[in-house]
Amino acid sequence: MDTQLHRIVSKSRIASFTTQLVVEAPDVARKARAGQFVIVRAAEHGERIPLTIADYDRERGTITMVIQPVGRSTGLICSMCESDSLLDVAGPLGNPTEPVEGGTVVCIGGGIGIAPIYPIAREMKALGNRVITIIGARSADYLFWEDKLGAVSDEVHIATDDGSKGIKGFVTMPLQDLLKSGARIDRVIAIGPLIMMKNVANTTRPFGVKTIVSLNTVMVDGTGMCGSCRVSVAGQTKFSCVDGPEFDAHDVNFDELLARGRIYSLEEGAAREAYEHMKDGEPLCLARK
Amino acid sequence: MPGEKVDDWLKRKKAASVAKEEKVIDRRQRVMPREQPPEERIKNFDEVSHTYTDDEAKREAQRCLKCKTPMCIEGCPVGIDIPKFVTEIAGGRTQEAARTIKERNSLPAICGRVCPQESQCEKLCILGMKWRPLSIGRLERYAADMQQDERVEPQPPNGHKVAVIGSGPAGLTAAGELAKMGYKVVIYEALHTAGGVLAYGIPEFRLPKDIVAKEVAYVRSLGVEIRLNQIVGKTVTIDELLEQYDAVFIGSGAGLPNFLGIPGENLNGVYSANEYLTRVNLMKAYKFPEYDTPIKRGKTVAVVGGGNVAMDAARTARRLGARVYLIYRRGEEEMPARREEIEHAREEGIEFKLLMNPVRVIGDDQGWVRGIECVTMELSEPDESGRARPVPVKGSETVLDVDTVIIAIGNSPNPLLAKTTQGLKLNRHGALEVDGYTFMTSKEGVFAGGDAVSGSATVISAMGQAKEAAKAIDEYVKSKAGK
Repeated sequence: MDTQLHRIVSKSRIASFTTQLVVEAPDVARKARAGQFVIVRAAEHGERIPLTIADYDRERGTITMVIQPVGRSTGLICSMCESDSLLDVAGPLGNPTEPVEGGTVVCIGGGIGIAPIYPIAREMKALGNRVITIIGARSADYLFWEDKLGAVSDEVHIATDDGSKGIKGFVTMPLQDLLKSGARIDRVIAIGPLIMMKNVANTTRPFGVKTIVSLNTVMVDGTGMCGSCRVSVAGQTKFSCVDGPEFDAHDVNFDELLARGRIYSLEEGAAREAYEHMKDGEPLCLARK
Repeated sequence: MPGEKVDDWLKRKKAASVAKEEKVIDRRQRVMPREQPPEERIKNFDEVSHTYTDDEAKREAQRCLKCKTPMCIEGCPVGIDIPKFVTEIAGGRTQEAARTIKERNSLPAICGRVCPQESQCEKLCILGMKWRPLSIGRLERYAADMQQDERVEPQPPNGHKVAVIGSGPAGLTAAGELAKMGYKVVIYEALHTAGGVLAYGIPEFRLPKDIVAKEVAYVRSLGVEIRLNQIVGKTVTIDELLEQYDAVFIGSGAGLPNFLGIPGENLNGVYSANEYLTRVNLMKAYKFPEYDTPIKRGKTVAVVGGGNVAMDAARTARRLGARVYLIYRRGEEEMPARREEIEHAREEGIEFKLLMNPVRVIGDDQGWVRGIECVTMELSEPDESGRARPVPVKGSETVLDVDTVIIAIGNSPNPLLAKTTQGLKLNRHGALEVDGYTFMTSKEGVFAGGDAVSGSATVISAMGQAKEAAKAIDEYVKSKAGK
């Protein structure tokens, strides 16, 4: 087959339950922009899953992905070793983040969403914006890339559910403070769990601040041919793979998305149980045959 | 025989001619291939009908009248020399027959299976005036399936390069034709498997995927390179391709699913036929959890539509264990699906709900489908397409209890290419505008054919267009090089 092999150049654990992979994908790296994603099929028999491009290196021809092993496919990918290869990496897909110039941008990353917010913050900084970054996670163990984000932000706020680092609570708390302070904010961009993005949308709505969220829906092809990723935006059906993945948070029907996110929960459970390469909640590096 | 006397020779000749006359060919009956019985086949994804045996093929081929002016060729969009290959099969020269077909058609094992022959070659067969027409499709399939170990010598390169976007029937055909002319051809395919609708759309029980793989391998053997996971417009743009290639052919198809636009269409359990079939055919979700892609196995499924895609989706759902309703807003006569597929669907127990149109999908409080409300339709005067226009009957709403809904009301061309390419004009249906003679789009050096131009149509019409476009590309490249 004329498929490129996507060798895993490096693999590291960057937080509890969180793996960073740098993968050879020169075609994707050449074109990747902040906000875009790839569709990955790790192996034969595998499913196609969307993963956000957390960073890219055009010269080395690599992309970086940050993954939590939440199910069978992510578990499998996280258990691959350095110099193993992913079978298919297609992209870059979706629309790049809409640029803002010379304003103030608040970038919010929750949990695994901290990774995709990084290239966006970096680009916003490069466009001459004042960048305020807010990151949140369950606890300090789950935080990562604070330094990387610090280097491209004017301010970094941290929130943890248990208060083990930064303020105790959710990312919406520092956001609320910022909005109330009356400082000019041109754009809020939030990536994280659906419920977090919904709460961010509800926080900014009364202040009329344009808010963008990146939707992580169920996808199959990622090129607009099936509609599994469809979402209601301002009452209209959109395909998040081609029309998004970023949408105006104030127009998104989050309740519908929350329901659609549960479509395969039964099957996902069955698939997870069939997956054995886990130890103490962490994937093992598969022994190469 | 050497040393034979003249008298003996005459005797032997006479006996042979008597034997020949005694062997009467009954032209009235079609030779039918064996089929899996319906109660068996709804439990598997194996092919429904078998390929002819050598004997069956010979007997069917002998029904051909070898017309002096064969109408069947006129009915074939790529003009296969049908009487020639049929005569070859009748004479037991199967390999020659396959070669005859491949002169005009690079994908005969596919076309023999999925062409709507009743409205093409077989429609014009003279036998059909009195009895049933010759089973040209089944004979084509036989010759293709029986073809052995084929070696194709690559053409001497002519020094020109063409990029082909999409590896469906149009792209594979254009690539094959151009490679035969000596072009270096590279196909860019967005998915991880080549074949387009042949890989993700048409189910195994109608078109086994190893047959598709074999035909793709044949196109590769002509020297065509296929690059997978390349989304033109994203991974690489048409403008970039134009810098590296003498011409570009777009065969990106019509893969954007249409929805009904009725309330409840985003409930859990509502699929586009594209999604449903892609999960099952391309991702092998029917083998979950051996394969990782899941699919909802509904207990009661409603499929909306009356084309081949609707039949495929309905029969697929049946094989996944569901009771299946097929909802179509016109009558059976107006269904655009192949007759054979409609018959197969009926035999398999698909329940046809004709002259019915969905008005909303009903959900429970958790966001899952639990029913579909339909209104009865009646046919009135013909519309612009010439088919009777269905009109809803007031107050005729009924609800079918279903847990899954599959929408199969057609596809439109994917807007991605036009969105990412400057100067590529679309018509009002969202299809690419091309010159009727040159197949060139509004962008110099960029050609197009198949569903990307005509909207969703048939495999063979896409191939026919691609063949013509390949000729036009050849003329264009040569004339440009000559300047």
